Parts: sequence; structure tokens; C-alpha cells
Amino acid sequence: MVTALKRMDANSHDDAKARAWAAASAVPDPEVPCVTVADLGILRSVEIEDGIAVARVTPTYSGCPAVLAIELAIEAALLEAGFEACIERVMAPAWTTDWISDEGREKLHAYGIAPPVKGSAGGKLALFGETQVACPRCSSVKTRKISEFGSTACKAHYQCETCAEPFDYFKCI
Amino acid sequence: MDKRKALAESLIALGDDHLILGHRLSEWCGHAPMLEEDLSLPNMALDLLGQARNLYTYAGELEGKGRGEDDFAFLRTDREYKNLLLVERPNGDFAHTMLRQFYFAAFMEPYWQQILSNSSDETLRGIAGKAAKEMAYHIRHTGEWIIRLGDGTEESAKRVRAAVDALHHYTNELFTLTDAMRSAVEDGALPNPETIKPIWSNTIEHVFSEAFLTIPDVPFPQQGGREGHHTEAFGHLLSELQYMQRTYPGMTW
Repeated sequence: MVTALKRMDANSHDDAKARAWAAASAVPDPEVPCVTVADLGILRSVEIEDGIAVARVTPTYSGCPAVLAIELAIEAALLEAGFEACIERVMAPAWTTDWISDEGREKLHAYGIAPPVKGSAGGKLALFGETQVACPRCSSVKTRKISEFGSTACKAHYQCETCAEPFDYFKCI
Repeated sequence: MDKRKALAESLIALGDDHLILGHRLSEWCGHAPMLEEDLSLPNMALDLLGQARNLYTYAGELEGKGRGEDDFAFLRTDREYKNLLLVERPNGDFAHTMLRQFYFAAFMEPYWQQILSNSSDETLRGIAGKAAKEMAYHIRHTGEWIIRLGDGTEESAKRVRAAVDALHHYTNELFTLTDAMRSAVEDGALPNPETIKPIWSNTIEHVFSEAFLTIPDVPFPQQGGREGHHTEAFGHLLSELQYMQRTYPGMTW
């Protein structure tokens, strides 16, 4: 009897955790709304601790102006799903573009943003060294970097030399 | 000196470097020589301001007096800021700004790397993990510009040479230690800047040789910011930075 009760508790706990994750993970990134905070790997975990949904979030850049907006949106999503919510900012380990899910990479590509070239995060590029980035529109690899810094902190600006279309590249960090 | 107090004081000084340099870069917003640079300068400023916020917030926690990032940024007088003289130097032309940023990034990137690998302080390692990557980006961006300018036209080479003459004698202060910093170094929380010097010199020499620049002799290195002794330009910067809080004390957005 006791064991059965415990199992039920555990079940409802897992259920609550799954519902909390579903609510928090569906929050879109405010600057790149085609992907969710879970796709980007910013949302690290959602746990139920003492009846409170605790979401752990890792910022992309030290100065990312969207961090607060993201945290508020996740909190609001959890409240709306009926949870008491708490957001914790986790600094270590530092976020890397390698945490973007395959689904997230596909969504970025479909949105017209070249996803970060896999496995190139963390390494230091030589001066004037360029990563080969494929154009998200025509897939040509004849592209050139226009600016190391693009419309947001996480993007660089490129242009395709085949179809001439300028595009954003989600830079590797 | 009490360990926590020493680390808090050291982090406020480091935070000041980042806030003041970030503020200087933000002055370029809308004035850069081309659109791409008008995006890149505020982007770099944003990295620095983010790093400053992390440093100030943690320093406030260590200090335990209830001071937060805004108190450090807006409510101190000039002598209380301990930033390097290098970072408060006026923007000058684009070559000056790029060189100042290059000198600073070439120091901070290995500095953060050493915190990340060796610091005894977990929170600092967390801050460093992010900042090291950002500063690597700054080195690349500014280093490339120094080479383009030095190896560019007669005019651009002349300007970047003038920037070296104007700024190089401020770089010595990067490698100095305050008493608080010395204590934090001995405690294993912060790296000794002396160990950064060979890495920094290497980066500078490499880029300067590609840019046809020579490293000048500095008979009289300029320093004093770490003791709170600033240049005249700093007062003007501060009056701009603190204007809102001084005019409307306690105002919030």
C-alpha cells in the first residue's frame, strides 16, 4: 500500500515535470522567434522542487539584451500552465552553439539563417580565417563574410556570391 | 586583507574596465565609418557591459553591503572608479578605437582563459567561460582591422601609427596589481597578470608585424587608474554616464 502510494506520487511528480517542461520549452526566442528556448539549448532543465517549477536558463552572451525577456517569458509560460515558477540563471558551463538541437538547426535554416557550422565552436580562428558557410537559400558554399557582427549579438552577416542574397549566420561560439 | 573583501575590490576594478570601455564603444553608435562597423561597435560594447554586470553583481554579493550593479555604475565618484587609464582614453578616430580594443582584448582573452582553467572560484569560472569566447572574437575583429589599416593606404597607416604613439604607453598598467588584486592572486581566485604578459606580447607582435607597425619604446609608462587617479577625459565620460541618476536620483525605467 505504502509502495503503491509512493509510486503514484512519483508518477504525478514525473507528470508535473513533463507538463512544466512542455510549457517552458515551447517559449520562442524573442530575437529569433523561429526557434524555441529548448531548440537553442538555453533552457537547460525544468525540475519540480518542493512543488515549485524551477527552470534553469543559460544566457547565450554575457550582454544578451534578451536574457531578461526570455526569463520572464518562461516564468509566464509556467504560471499559465498552473505552476508556481522560479527561474535560475546558470552561468557554468557556458552556453555553446553545439547545444542547438538538430531540429533547431533545421528551423534556423528554413527561416533563412545559416546554422552554426557543427564542431567549430570553442576553437580560435586565425586572423582572416573564415568558416565555410553554406547559403541557406541556394546552398552554395561560395559565400563571403560581410561583417563579423550582425543584427544581434549571436549572428554574423554574410552574402552568397552565387544567388547574391545577403543572409545571417548564427555564429559559432 | 579579508579574502572576500579583496576579491570584491578586485572585481569592482575589473568591472570598471569593462563598463568604461563599453561606454566608450557605445559612443560610436550611429557614428561609425560604415554600417557594418556601426553594428559591430555596439555589439562589442554589449559584450563588455554584460561582463561588467556579471562582475559587479558578484562583487556586490561578496561585499555583502547590498550594493548592486547600478550602485557601482552610477553612484560613485571619479576617484572610486579603479579602471585602467587605457580604457577611458577618448575614442579618437577609428584606428584609435580599434587599437585600444585590440590591446584590451589581447589581454582579457588569456586572462579569462586562465580563470576558466585555474581559478579557485566557481562563479568566476562561470563568468569566464562566456567572456573568454567573446574576447577571442574581439581580438580577431580588431586585429584584422589593425592589419588592414597598417597595410592599407598611406593615410590609414599614418593614422594607426599615430594611435600606437598615443596609446601604447598606457598598456603597462594592464600588468600592474593593486593590493586587493595581489591578495586575490595569492588566494588562487585571479591569475597573475605577469603570466599573461608573454601571451599578450606575442599577439601584439604578430599583428604589428603584419601591419608594418613597430612597438615603440615607452620611457614613461602612464598609469594611475587602478589607484583612482584618472585623466581629464574621465570626468566628462562620467558626467555623461551618470547624468540620469544624478539629475533624477533613484529613477527607474
